[in-house]
Amino acid sequence: MAEEVKLFRTWSSPYALRIVWALKLKGIEYETIFEDLTNKSPSLLQYNPTHGKVPVLVRDGKPVCESLVILEYVDEIWKHNPLLPQDPYEKSMARFWANFGDDKLMKSIWQLFIAHEKDQDVAAVAALENLKIVEEQLKGKKFFQGETIGYLDLAFGWIANLVSILEEIMSLKLVDGERFPHLSSWIQHFIDAPVIRDCWPPRDKMIIKFQVMRENYLAAATPK
Amino acid sequence: MAGDKVVVLGTYVSMFSMRAQVALNEKGIEYEKKEEDLANKSPLFLEMNPVHKKIPVLIHNGKPVCESLIIVQYIDEVWHDKNPLLPSDPYQRAQARFWADFVDKKVYDCGRRIWATKGEEKEAAKKEFIGIMKTLEGELGNKPYFGGEDFGYVDVALIPFYCWFHAYENFGNFKTETECPKLVEWAKRCMQRESVSKSLADPHKIYEFVVSLKKKLGIE
Repeated sequence: MAEEVKLFRTWSSPYALRIVWALKLKGIEYETIFEDLTNKSPSLLQYNPTHGKVPVLVRDGKPVCESLVILEYVDEIWKHNPLLPQDPYEKSMARFWANFGDDKLMKSIWQLFIAHEKDQDVAAVAALENLKIVEEQLKGKKFFQGETIGYLDLAFGWIANLVSILEEIMSLKLVDGERFPHLSSWIQHFIDAPVIRDCWPPRDKMIIKFQVMRENYLAAATPK
Repeated sequence: MAGDKVVVLGTYVSMFSMRAQVALNEKGIEYEKKEEDLANKSPLFLEMNPVHKKIPVLIHNGKPVCESLIIVQYIDEVWHDKNPLLPSDPYQRAQARFWADFVDKKVYDCGRRIWATKGEEKEAAKKEFIGIMKTLEGELGNKPYFGGEDFGYVDVALIPFYCWFHAYENFGNFKTETECPKLVEWAKRCMQRESVSKSLADPHKIYEFVVSLKKKLGIE
């Protein structure tokens, strides 16, 4: 029975990329629907009425929302090339670190990115502390869960791409090889992996997009 | 499993601690509850959750699991043969995870703003809170529980907030029962389960806690 799988995404969303990678790792064929979030399609609003966000995975007409929820769903439906560990304790650790990545790390890097110059030092401290915590997790490992790419690598995948884009815009190096040897090495392994490599959004487009976003934030929060 | 040592580090008032307790009670697991003083964190606590320094922490045979929903899923997976909390169908599981995540993203923050702010901000928080509850009520529909016929994951995620309703309602000047009668019906149904009633705090004690917290934080 042929399944119909669709992925609603934007060209730039790092969250959607997680699903692109997961489906590629599992060898699943699907249709991509690119959304313009300033002009959401009726389908997107129908499939994700609660948040109206991407990504949304629709399988045989049934939608699943929230990228980390979708990753677990993908892993449970297509059991080959497992993404999550089997052991409940290992699984809980993977979930914990994925949450940390989204709730703490990404937020702190973003805060630094949109900080005014006078606030940058303080924001940088938080971002660097969180990066150090992740660095610790990678000691002695090629990927977060061992020798092969798994759930946690996909969850942290945005570090391998988005961070260097934000760094270029800020003219500030966060993840350097000296302070973060394990993280830097992971980034290299991750971006070199065949499944990951060809999926990145165009870098020049990303730079423009995030530059504009930063300018807007800085303008909106101009100190008196 | 015989010989398991299970400890929950939590606080009496935390709805997140309560989730862990409800889940363990549902599974009939014996555990020790340790009340943590967050103003004076114990060495055990700091060792078990060095990253966030937050409760609850579940310690199972010496190994810590942090973050309440992750704890609930862990409990469900380890003691999978009794009263499953997550459905077995992957799509239903995804829906359950989505709604638990929704509760996490929305309820606590909004509830806090009701008692921690005043004037327009408080009014806005109250409206938002009612909106959130209505959305959840819509998701519940005519089912006895969020999971359907059986008490499950989303019920565990949300029910601990019920003992905080009295505080929210007092500070926000509204009654959840008027706005969302079906949701309150659901909550009362959950409270009939011993696993829940044993775990939730007394709403009046929660209210007193918020009153004293507001004083401590200098919020009028």
